[in-house]
Amino acid sequence: MELEKFSYDNKIVRNFGIATMVWGLVGMLVGLTAATQLFYPNLNLHLQYTTFGRIRPLHTNAVIFAFVGNAIFMGLYYSLQRLCKTRMFSDKLSKIHFWGWQLIIVTAALTLVMGFTTSKEYAELEWPIDIAITLVWVVFGVNMFGTILKRREQHLYVAIWFFIATWVTVAVLHIVNSIEVPVSFLKSYPIYAGVQDALVQWWYGHNAVAFFLTTPYLGLMYYFLPKAANRPIYSYKLSILHFWALIFIYIWAGPHHLLYTALPEWAQTLGVIFSVMLIAPSWGGMLNGLLTLRGAWDKVREEPVLKFMVVAVTAYGMSTFEGPMLALKNVNAIAHYTDWIIAHVHIGGLAWNGFLTFGVLYWLIPKIYKTELFSKKLANAHFWIGTLGIVFYASAMYWSGIAQSLMWKEFTSLGVLQYPNFLETTLQIIPMYMIRAFGGLLYLTGAIIMVYNLVKTAKAGKFVANEETEASALVRTKDRFKKGIRHRFIESKPILLLTLATAAILVGTLVEFIPTFLVESNVPTIANVKPYSPLELQGRDIYIREGCVGCHSQMIRPFRSESERYGEYSKAGEFVYDHPFLWGSKRTGPDLQRIGGKYPNIWHYMHMEDPTSMSPGSIMPPYPWLLSQKLDISTTAKKIEVMRNLGVPYPDGYENIANKDLMKQADEIAKNLNENGIATSSEKEIIALIAYLQRMGTDIKAKNVEGK
Amino acid sequence: MFSNYLKTIEGIGIYPLFSLLIFFIFFLIMIIWVIKVDKKYIDKMSNLPLDLQSSDNFTSNKIINENYIEDRNEIN
Repeated sequence: MELEKFSYDNKIVRNFGIATMVWGLVGMLVGLTAATQLFYPNLNLHLQYTTFGRIRPLHTNAVIFAFVGNAIFMGLYYSLQRLCKTRMFSDKLSKIHFWGWQLIIVTAALTLVMGFTTSKEYAELEWPIDIAITLVWVVFGVNMFGTILKRREQHLYVAIWFFIATWVTVAVLHIVNSIEVPVSFLKSYPIYAGVQDALVQWWYGHNAVAFFLTTPYLGLMYYFLPKAANRPIYSYKLSILHFWALIFIYIWAGPHHLLYTALPEWAQTLGVIFSVMLIAPSWGGMLNGLLTLRGAWDKVREEPVLKFMVVAVTAYGMSTFEGPMLALKNVNAIAHYTDWIIAHVHIGGLAWNGFLTFGVLYWLIPKIYKTELFSKKLANAHFWIGTLGIVFYASAMYWSGIAQSLMWKEFTSLGVLQYPNFLETTLQIIPMYMIRAFGGLLYLTGAIIMVYNLVKTAKAGKFVANEETEASALVRTKDRFKKGIRHRFIESKPILLLTLATAAILVGTLVEFIPTFLVESNVPTIANVKPYSPLELQGRDIYIREGCVGCHSQMIRPFRSESERYGEYSKAGEFVYDHPFLWGSKRTGPDLQRIGGKYPNIWHYMHMEDPTSMSPGSIMPPYPWLLSQKLDISTTAKKIEVMRNLGVPYPDGYENIANKDLMKQADEIAKNLNENGIATSSEKEIIALIAYLQRMGTDIKAKNVEGK
Repeated sequence: MFSNYLKTIEGIGIYPLFSLLIFFIFFLIMIIWVIKVDKKYIDKMSNLPLDLQSSDNFTSNKIINENYIEDRNEIN
C-alpha cells in the first residue's frame, strides 16, 4: 500500500504546554495566597480586589480551566493527531482555539477580581465570557471532529471516545447552567431560582468534575500511560465498559452536593444511589491503568514519568472511592460544609490532575524537542516534594474538617451546644490552615522545579514544529475481524458515537430535571415569602460581588445541632425569588440564613469595617470600602424589570418608582446608624448590604410557617 | 418560566422511563458484545497508541518496544 507523507503539528502542542505551565504556576500561587489569608487575612493588602471572596473563584477557575484546561488541549492535540494518523484538521482553527482560550482566561481573571461574578461555583464568569467560551468550544469541536473525519486509521481508540464525550457534555453543561438574562454588560441573573437553580448548578458543578477533570484525563491516561510504559492498556474490553458506564452514571450524581438541603428527597436519593454505583466504573478505570504496569514495576522505580502517573491513577482511585462515601447521607452530614471536602477535591486536583499533567509534560516536552529530559534527578525531587506537599495538605484538611464538624455538633450533658460561638471552632483549626498552606507551598515549589527542568530541556533540544511522518491512506475495507457483534460499527463512526454519548448523558439529566421543574409539590410555596425590596436586591448583589458565598452558607440543614445554632432549618419555598441561589458549599464562617434581625444595624456596620472589633480573632477580612463607596442605583430599574420577567411578582411599572422605595429604606437604616453615633449617609453600599443581611431568612423566622 | 413549555408536551412523564429502558438494553448488548468480541480486534485496538512504525518513537523507545515484543513472544 502506498504511504502518504504528512506532518504532525507540534507547535500547537507546545503552545498549550507552555500555557499549562504558566497558568499552573499562577493558579497555584493564587491558591497559596488564599490559603494563607485564612490565617493571615492582612495578606489581601487591604485591597478589595485581593480579598478571599474574590480570589477563591480566581484560584478555582485558574486551576480548572486554565491549568487543567490547557493540559487537556496539549495532550489531546498530541494524541489525537497520532491516533488518527493525520495532522489537525486546520492549523488556523488550532490557533484560534489557543488564543481564544488564553484571552478568555485573562478576561476571566480580570473580571473576577473586579467583582463581576454570577456566584455559581466554577461558572462564575459573566455572560459575555460565557458566550466567548461557547464560541471557542465550537471552534475546538470543529477542529477535533474535522481531524477525526479525515483520519487514516479506521478505528477510534478509546481515548478519542473520552475526548468526544468531554466535548459534547461540557457543551451541554456550560450552556444549560449559563442561561441567564443580562442586566448590564457584566451583570446577569440566572433564569432558575432557589432549589431549581441549586439543582442545575450542582448538576453542572459535579459534572464539570466528571467531564472536565475526569473524562479528558482518562483519555490522556489511556494514551500516555501505555506510551510511557511501552505496553498496551491492560484490558481494552474493560476500557469500553469503563467508558459507557462512567459517562452514563456520572451525570446522575450531582444531587449528592445537596444532601439534607431543601432539594426534594427523591432527587437526593437518586444522587446517592448513582454515586455509589460510580465506584464500579471508576475503579475499573483505575485498575486498568495500574495493571497496565504489570511486569513493569521495575521501570516505575527509575522513570519519574511513571512515578507521577502511578500516583495520579492511585489518587484517582482514592478520590473516586471517597466521593461515593461522602455521598452517603450519614457521612455527608459530617463532611459537608467542612474542610474535608477541600481535602477531597485536592486529592483529585493536586494528585490526579496535577500529577498526571506533570507526567505527561515530562514525557512530551523531551519528545517534541528531540532530546532527553534535562535532569531526572530534579524530576525525582519534584515528585517527592509534590507528594509530600499533598500529604501535608490533605492530612491537615482531613483533621480540621472532622475536628470542626464534631465541634459544631457537640452538645453538653445539659443539652446545649458545647461551642455555641462559631469562631471558637475556627480558632481551633488555625494551625491546620498553616500546615495546609505549607503543603501548598511545597507543591508549588515542586512545580517551579519542573518548569526550570523543562525549560532547560527545551534549550538543550531542537524543537520539531512539524514532525514529518507517513501512513497509508485509509481504505475502508470490510472488517477483517469476523467474530462477534460489531461495536466497531459504532466506533468507526464518530458521529454515531457522539450521538450515543450525548443520549447517555441526557438520560440522567432529564430524569432529575423535569420533575423538579414540573411538579409543584416539590417546592411548597410559602405565603409570607415576598420578593426582595429594591435596596435588599442591591445589597444582595454586593453580597454576590464580594464572594461572601465562598465562606458563608445560607442553608440550614434539618439537624438539631444546626437549628440550635442558626435557627429554623431552611425550606425550599423560602428561595423561590433567589436568582441566583446562594446556599454555598463551605462554612469557613457561620451560616447566614437566619442572620436577619439577629444583630442591630450598628453591629453589622462595625463588623464590616473590622470584623475583629465584634468578633476578636475573626479571620474574616475587613471591608472598609463598603463604607465609603456609593451605591450605584442607576441599575435598580433594569434589575427589577429582569427579575419580573423571570417570574418575581413585582407589580407592573414598579421599576419606575423602585428607587424611591430604595431611598426611603436606606434613609431609615442610615438614620438608625446616625442615632447610634455612626457618621454615614444613606447612599453608601454598606446600607444596602445591611438591608439585605437584616432581611435574610426573616420571612418565616420564629413563626414556624409550614409549606401549604 | 420555561417549565410552562415542558408542561405542554403530552405524556412527558413517559420519556425518562423510556430512555432508562433504552440504556439498560444498550448496556446489556454492550456486555454481550464485550464477551463475544474477536480477540485479534482487541489486540489491534489496544496496540493503537504504541504504533510501532510511527516516527514519534525515538531511539530509546524503540529499543524498549523491541524488548517488549520479545517479551511478549516469549510469553506466547
